Amino acid sequence: MQAFAALLDRLVLTPQRNGKLQLIVDYFAATPDPDRGYAVAAITRDLDFPSVKPAMLRSLMEKRMDPELFALSYNYVGDLAETISLAWPGERRANRIPPLSEVVERLKEAKRAEAPQLVASYLDALEPPSRWALLKLVTGGLRIGVSSRLAKSALARFGDKDVTEIEELWHGLEPPYEQLFSWLEGRADKPINQMAAPFRPAMLAHPLGDKDLEDIAPETHAAEWKWDGVRVQAVAEGDARRLYSRTGDDIGAAFPDIIDALDFRAAIDGELMIFDPEAERYHPLSFGDLQQRLNRKTVSKKRLASHPAFIRAYDLLHVDGDDLRALPFEDRRQKLEKFISSRQPDRFDLSPLVRFANVDDLAQARAAPPHHAVEGLMIKRLAAPYVPGRPKGEWWKWKRDPFLIDCVMMYAQRGHGRRSSFYSDFTFGVWRGDDIVPVGKAYFGFTDDELKQLDRFVRNNTTDRFGPVRQVAFGADEGLVLEIAFEGLNRSSRHKSGVAMRFPRINRIRWDKPAAEADRLESLEAMLPS
Amino acid sequence: MRYDDLLRPTPKGVYCPPGDFYIDPVGAVSRAVITHGHADHARAGHGAVIATPETIAIMEARYGDDFTTTKTPRAYGEPIDVNGVNVSLAPAGHVLGSAQAVIEKNGVRIVCSGDYKRRRDPTCAPFEVVPCDVFITEATFALPIFNHPDTGEEIRKLLASVEQFPERTHVIGAYALGKAQRIIMHLREEGYDAPIFLHGAMQKLCDLYMKFGVDLGPLEPATIENNGAKRDFGGKIVIAPPAAIQDRWARRFADPLPVFASGWMRIRQRVRQRGVELPLIVSDHADWDELTQTIKEIAPKELWITHGRDDALMRWAELNGVMARPLHLVGYEDENE
Ligand SMILES: [Zn+2]
Ligand SMILES: [Zn+2]
Repeated sequence: MQAFAALLDRLVLTPQRNGKLQLIVDYFAATPDPDRGYAVAAITRDLDFPSVKPAMLRSLMEKRMDPELFALSYNYVGDLAETISLAWPGERRANRIPPLSEVVERLKEAKRAEAPQLVASYLDALEPPSRWALLKLVTGGLRIGVSSRLAKSALARFGDKDVTEIEELWHGLEPPYEQLFSWLEGRADKPINQMAAPFRPAMLAHPLGDKDLEDIAPETHAAEWKWDGVRVQAVAEGDARRLYSRTGDDIGAAFPDIIDALDFRAAIDGELMIFDPEAERYHPLSFGDLQQRLNRKTVSKKRLASHPAFIRAYDLLHVDGDDLRALPFEDRRQKLEKFISSRQPDRFDLSPLVRFANVDDLAQARAAPPHHAVEGLMIKRLAAPYVPGRPKGEWWKWKRDPFLIDCVMMYAQRGHGRRSSFYSDFTFGVWRGDDIVPVGKAYFGFTDDELKQLDRFVRNNTTDRFGPVRQVAFGADEGLVLEIAFEGLNRSSRHKSGVAMRFPRINRIRWDKPAAEADRLESLEAMLPS
Repeated sequence: MRYDDLLRPTPKGVYCPPGDFYIDPVGAVSRAVITHGHADHARAGHGAVIATPETIAIMEARYGDDFTTTKTPRAYGEPIDVNGVNVSLAPAGHVLGSAQAVIEKNGVRIVCSGDYKRRRDPTCAPFEVVPCDVFITEATFALPIFNHPDTGEEIRKLLASVEQFPERTHVIGAYALGKAQRIIMHLREEGYDAPIFLHGAMQKLCDLYMKFGVDLGPLEPATIENNGAKRDFGGKIVIAPPAAIQDRWARRFADPLPVFASGWMRIRQRVRQRGVELPLIVSDHADWDELTQTIKEIAPKELWITHGRDDALMRWAELNGVMARPLHLVGYEDENE
């Protein structure tokens, strides 16, 4: 339990992806089964402890400690689990320290009535960091900035495998993943995914470079729109129906409407979007509408009706028991077209191809897409098989130019790691009436030299401080204009300005431009999808 | 004699009317007993100063030789009569030279402990329990949530990180008086014998500790230029004042890993606020158990509480039948803040 707690403590505070990977990989190397497997499950939030509730913790504490002293402590710390982990008046090191696996296995099976006593005995046996890990784990509040994707990358690095291999296996495995670790350590063969409707690692595209354009021709390549939703894989085989994210996470629970529609035997790669229930089918709505449905455990009837989902199909990986991935794109596309037109599956349509005679046609299409939900173009080699990962020279994405807007820097915050001594996270705003209102945050897009200049500007123009944040001078007569590039815009009730940008970054620093000439909120609102 | 007649709180600090002296006054006075060299307790400009030789040396290093008109160094346990009041100094275990002021007259004894801790510190003499009528305690970490872990374990955490990230420079923020030297000594005890690199502000006090017999091992300035060659600090340990680890100063190191050694590192919110990647929970103040154990051990007739979180300690005293009163002294800072 101590090693697991120490790992969490470091992960929470380590900003760089590489540092996190190293911490996890080192932990795998130093920790025996089944502890390390349960740690993976804890990090990917695949553990559930129905018998433990936060209210129970509070009453446990009140039995042990003077309520007034506890109240003073809780006030000071501000987090229940942390306060209990620190103030728990246990006999220090009274018992042997239980391994993570014991804690997980016993608490998972504990009945509601026996859980309090069990938690109390573990709190007695553990030190504060381990108590914190225990409490956060069993109450489901473990947020340590590690995605399941990162955990899979760590497993891949630990076993010197490709991450797509882990993704492919993932949904057939159960904690504590002992078979998986045996294979990663070279002690056993690769586990066979016995699960029906498994995830098949996705094929990804490279951004299109100018040189790449030379080789593209209608004889050898196909083009289609890149839609602005979420890339998914819908799989139905045997009795199993699943919807996977691009990285193999099962997101089916949030999309029962899609799951219901999977009444075929196939694996389809496509873009998940929301359609307008009032319009002819399927008219895609904005990414902001899709966000109403993402990252949820359940979805209400009302939302299902107001924000119905569909999939615009790009590719067919499997159909009626045949694996099509080794076939060239051309052939797969033909089968996909036939599949969609003959079966007319509900909640699916076909991503249309973009016809072109030469590259200029493509450039024109990209500049004037037929629909706001288009992010750009996808260009695919006709002969390309479906290969997991990002193979070279097969698929290209050619995004439309970003939106640009001139904003004024308002606040700055220090970065992390290498950038921890620089003010590198910037909040910027635009004019609304005579005020500047914040519209977004950016922390990349500049060179190291520009970062130094920005940092100097912040330090020399600070007007106020709030904890780690500095307010800089801004107004009609002073302030620094930043040209911000972004990919799209949504309405947002969480932002004061009412809009939220996607992928904002600093495109140029406009040292030359007076703040009074920065853009106004109205020009931003005009960019909203209708 | 009433306790208040021997010692009482005033806006300038604790004052002894019959002896006409203050203990750790926050403004300039004619005569002061100084418990230890931290800036909030030891200020320049008093007429006369009674303190341990170490504390006087620390004040000279910080403020110059003329920080006071009259210096009266007194070793631990070597009493002095001040206008009929007997004053002696007992070790407080806080930093080098730190002392509790033991004040006696007409059979009444009051101990003003200044800042103190109970756990072992290889850079200074351990806290001595002095029986007394009134014990004046600090309350910096007086909440049940403060349980400082074993210092050795914290240092081993640091060494493990240095091994795990050999390309990064571990830059430790530590208070220049006491904490820095203690971290260095604990590193030596754990077998770390490589040079430790110092921010310029650390050098003077480290030299002074060495002069008083605390062997800190090989220390070098953390300057980038070494005979014209750029130095790579990957895998090295650097010690700097807390404010410097996030400052422009730290940019000289390749990929610095910010470490902070303080009792406040127990609180996750504080760790995040400071952008620390590796918190070391090492404090020169007593934690909750040390405070309450010390009070039980001394069993004073009255407990007076100076700076820090007096409400929790008052509550504890109430629950444990200890007569207690908060002095509400101002002008003393929390550790490292
Ligand atoms: Zn002090
Ligand atoms: Zn103090």
